[in-house]
Amino acid sequence: MKFKSLAIAAAIAVGGAALTSGPAFAQAKDQYIPVLSYRTGAYAPNGTPWANGYVDYLKFVNAKGGLNGVKIVWEECDTQYDTAKGVECYERLKGKYGGASLVQTLSTGITFAVTEKAPQDKIPIITAGYGRSDSQDGTVFPWNFPLAGHYWVAADVLVQHIAKQEGGWDKLKGKKIALVYHDSPYGKEPIPMLQERAKMHGFEVQLLPVTHPGVEQKATWLQIRQNRPDYVFLWGWGVMNSVALKEAVATGYPRDKMYGVWWAAAEPDVKDVGEGAKGYHGLAMQHGAHPNAKITKDILEAVHGKGQGTGPKEEVGSVLYMRGAMSAMLGIEGIKRAQERYGKGKVMTGEQVRWGLENLALDQKKLEALGFNEVMRPVSTSCVDHMGPAYARIHTWDGSKWAFTSDWYQADESVLKPMVKASAAKYAAEKKITPRSPADCQA
Amino acid sequence: MLYRENGQFKTSYRADLQIFPIAQDRIAIVALLAVAFVVVPLVADQYYLRAILIPFLILSLAALGLNVLVGYCGQISLGTGAFMAVGAYAAYNFFIRVDGMPMLAAVLLGGLCATAVGVVFGIPSLRIKGLYLAVATLAAQFFVDWAFLRITWFTNDAPSGSVGVRNLSVFGLPIESPVQKYLFTLTVVVVFALLVKNLVRSAIGREWMAIRDMDVAAAVIGIRPVYAKLTAFAVSSFVVGVAGALWGFIYLGSWEPAAFSIDRSFQLLFMIIIGGLGSIMGSFFGAAFIVLLPIFLDQALPALGTAVGLRLDTAFVSHVTIMIFGALIVFFLIVEPHGIARLWSTGKEKLRLWPFPH
Amino acid sequence: MGFFLETLIGGLMSGMLYSLIALGFVLIYKASGVFNFAQGAMVLFAALAMARFSEWLPSRLGIESKVLANVIAFALAFVVMIAVAWLIERLALSKLVNQEGITLLMATLGISYFLDGFGQTVFGSDIYKIDVGLPKDPIFLMESTFQGGVLVNKEDLYAALIAAALVALLTLFFQKTGTGRALRAVADDHQAAQSIGIPLNRIWVIVWSVAGFVALVAGIIWGSKLGVQFSLSLVALKALPVVILGGLTSVPGAIIGGLIIGVGEKLSEVYLGKYFGGGIEIWFAYALALVFLLVRPQGLFGEKIIDRV
Repeated sequence: MKFKSLAIAAAIAVGGAALTSGPAFAQAKDQYIPVLSYRTGAYAPNGTPWANGYVDYLKFVNAKGGLNGVKIVWEECDTQYDTAKGVECYERLKGKYGGASLVQTLSTGITFAVTEKAPQDKIPIITAGYGRSDSQDGTVFPWNFPLAGHYWVAADVLVQHIAKQEGGWDKLKGKKIALVYHDSPYGKEPIPMLQERAKMHGFEVQLLPVTHPGVEQKATWLQIRQNRPDYVFLWGWGVMNSVALKEAVATGYPRDKMYGVWWAAAEPDVKDVGEGAKGYHGLAMQHGAHPNAKITKDILEAVHGKGQGTGPKEEVGSVLYMRGAMSAMLGIEGIKRAQERYGKGKVMTGEQVRWGLENLALDQKKLEALGFNEVMRPVSTSCVDHMGPAYARIHTWDGSKWAFTSDWYQADESVLKPMVKASAAKYAAEKKITPRSPADCQA
Repeated sequence: MLYRENGQFKTSYRADLQIFPIAQDRIAIVALLAVAFVVVPLVADQYYLRAILIPFLILSLAALGLNVLVGYCGQISLGTGAFMAVGAYAAYNFFIRVDGMPMLAAVLLGGLCATAVGVVFGIPSLRIKGLYLAVATLAAQFFVDWAFLRITWFTNDAPSGSVGVRNLSVFGLPIESPVQKYLFTLTVVVVFALLVKNLVRSAIGREWMAIRDMDVAAAVIGIRPVYAKLTAFAVSSFVVGVAGALWGFIYLGSWEPAAFSIDRSFQLLFMIIIGGLGSIMGSFFGAAFIVLLPIFLDQALPALGTAVGLRLDTAFVSHVTIMIFGALIVFFLIVEPHGIARLWSTGKEKLRLWPFPH
Repeated sequence: MGFFLETLIGGLMSGMLYSLIALGFVLIYKASGVFNFAQGAMVLFAALAMARFSEWLPSRLGIESKVLANVIAFALAFVVMIAVAWLIERLALSKLVNQEGITLLMATLGISYFLDGFGQTVFGSDIYKIDVGLPKDPIFLMESTFQGGVLVNKEDLYAALIAAALVALLTLFFQKTGTGRALRAVADDHQAAQSIGIPLNRIWVIVWSVAGFVALVAGIIWGSKLGVQFSLSLVALKALPVVILGGLTSVPGAIIGGLIIGVGEKLSEVYLGKYFGGGIEIWFAYALALVFLLVRPQGLFGEKIIDRV
């Protein structure tokens, strides 16, 4: 009994100390960025390298003197890819250190939930490569930024590539494409674009959902074996990807006819399968694996060289690591752009950072100066278009590494823009939002 | 000395049958409600309101509903997440599709839809008992999970299947700021707690408890098991459905079926076991324990780490949080298998005698 | 027709894999009356131990032969599972001896959370590989009769054979050895067994160790198929319909239940799935189990619960 009361007393003491310390003092000297990541749970193997890349880039910027002298301070919170936990993390972190200047939610579910809250909190949400595709429309979604690409871009580029492989859009008629997708908002995002393209060019889209967490795919691949689609698009996450590849090996489906979206084409997905995954293609949103890029070398020297690396050295330059670093870079550049207008060397608020993110103009020269030259193509945004021109290419796993096997593609604006506009208008009507007019933009 | 009933004589049946017969209890409850309604909104900061109190209140409502089914009627159900989901999506559909539907009505209608679904999935309980029933209710959980992902009518044909609501208001008052949301949730929870408390004190509640204790004997003395079990499922699903609608509307704002997954069902079951089966107060205690503990550990562990000079990374903190959570549950079950409510009533018993030993 | 056979065989083998996990549930419920929700976490923990040991041993001890490394890793992982069984019995079960079923259920849920967290803290949360030499490529049977042949997954075939061998081994253990007899006595009536001198605590440690061994074998097979990662513990949710269909107290029930659920699942997903848009596997398995339960409320081979008033 004595031990019990002692234990309870100790717990209350620690608890009191922890909770009263609560949100730290508003030190408006540092630029604060909350980091929502997941290093545990079913999606940890893919979330961890992303988080390492993100945090390493922030450390790198600090090591190089910060944002014109302003140091970045960050805090990580583990969301475990769960929406409720993600919302709690967001609420807990957003008010610290004088207020968050931007947030990246790294999960489509959490993105949807935080989208409802961010306008009141005035914190821009960067969803580089995920989130709602219609949030590209900046007039309806003033606080969302799907920079560098979203899922409709991905679907469109994949279909363009297939058409190129086949020899032309007309050769697509009668072909069968199976979409093996994670049964969640993330997995369902590409369906409208694929169906639109299927209508335009006469190919058939077969939808094969896989229930979370995606370890049960035997029936899915037996159906693929029966239907013999010409191509399989994989829209999975976490362990679902490697299981899909293993099942493809087990049922004898040729891996070189499989194309994975950028979240389904990274090292954790294929390393386990090794030689079995040889020939598997992935979509590379701007970047792929870049062990030799200038930014990789810079980070290795400035961060890992000083023993400050967040993850293992071998991970630097891998696909998901680069995505984390790139996402961080886009956010940082948004803040820097805001500083150009609102005062260099000052800490930026969420509203000011939003302006910066809406007026990004990263041309090739700037990217080269940042060390991202081979990694990316230019990104520029506007008030109306929160994504800008999105580039992607195909990379293929050769058994031991990812190598680029195509040129740069861009989504077809004539198909993409109307769909985005229509979907955003539907959202605005449902939520009774009046879209911003271009005149409001220079706020 | 403080908690005596001396001098409190009841002069009417009505007074004798009240929920809190002891005056000190009444005073304590009134004080608690006063603090909750008046003091907390003035004092608590936004984070505590939005991320701690509101989820605590909504989940204690859901735990209340589950307690009716498991604690009072003895039917183990692992499909609570499904009923929350039905409540949430039904409320969403009423809110969106019917012009001018007030939010409160939508939430209550959502609860009614959950009732219908609950009764349907409660029918197997007439034949299956115990652990087999628990696993059979998982059929409800997974079916509902699938239904809201696949049947796009439920999600208003949203391309991604995620739905959200905005511009909430009750009787013309907006429910936008954390304080307004908190007060609205608190009102709903208090009203429902009162309703459920009176329900379990009435004839139907006694029927439930008879079925729980010895269902064959209950049937022998004339209690109809069909009526009792299905009403338990109905009432429980209604409360859980309303809680689900509140979870989606008030707390998350925008949700997908994964928000009501099997983890939610397990979480609610933990709450009522730790809090105390068959006890209204137990639902609140359990909800507080389960909601606050992970958040507390998430903040306390890094603080502890820096106190001893270690920088703990978030994966380690998450894993240790889960470990401590699991260990504490086992510890609690060993120390007090009847839950915190039993500890509370034991405490009150001792308080009645204090400062005397007997 | 060929495709139907393919799906059928695939379902049968899936079912055997589920029954491997279901066996763990049944063993513990038979001997100690506890529904062990921690079985999934035990599978994960055992698989993590095996995967990491087989990775660390060659580098630490300089062992060249993969087979030897695997064997030693297996032995070490088994020792670890015995330690886990002993700890669970000492710290949790013995203190909860006379509690109601639902309390014990919740306790095992708590243990599962603990094992999940502990396993990932000690061994890591990445995807790890188990390579025990199971072949990954498919066999195509009867290619002359059916176009494309009937696909049989070699890995699943080996796994089904291993599962069958394990069941045979367990049956021998229960029927022929003294400990097995003691276990059956305890399953029948705890108090009677105690009164004739069978040490309950030691029996429980043995039962949980055997369940741990079953979890290890299941973990190796599933881990070899899917990779060892946190989601492995969720496979136990797929084994639950098998357990209740076959009956909580029956080992042959676990096998037959597994076969029925496996076949039902795969056939429904492939043939019915397209009318429902797909993804119906998991709830169909539960619905199937539910339908059987409505006819036989204690599962196909389970002990009838006799209510005394």
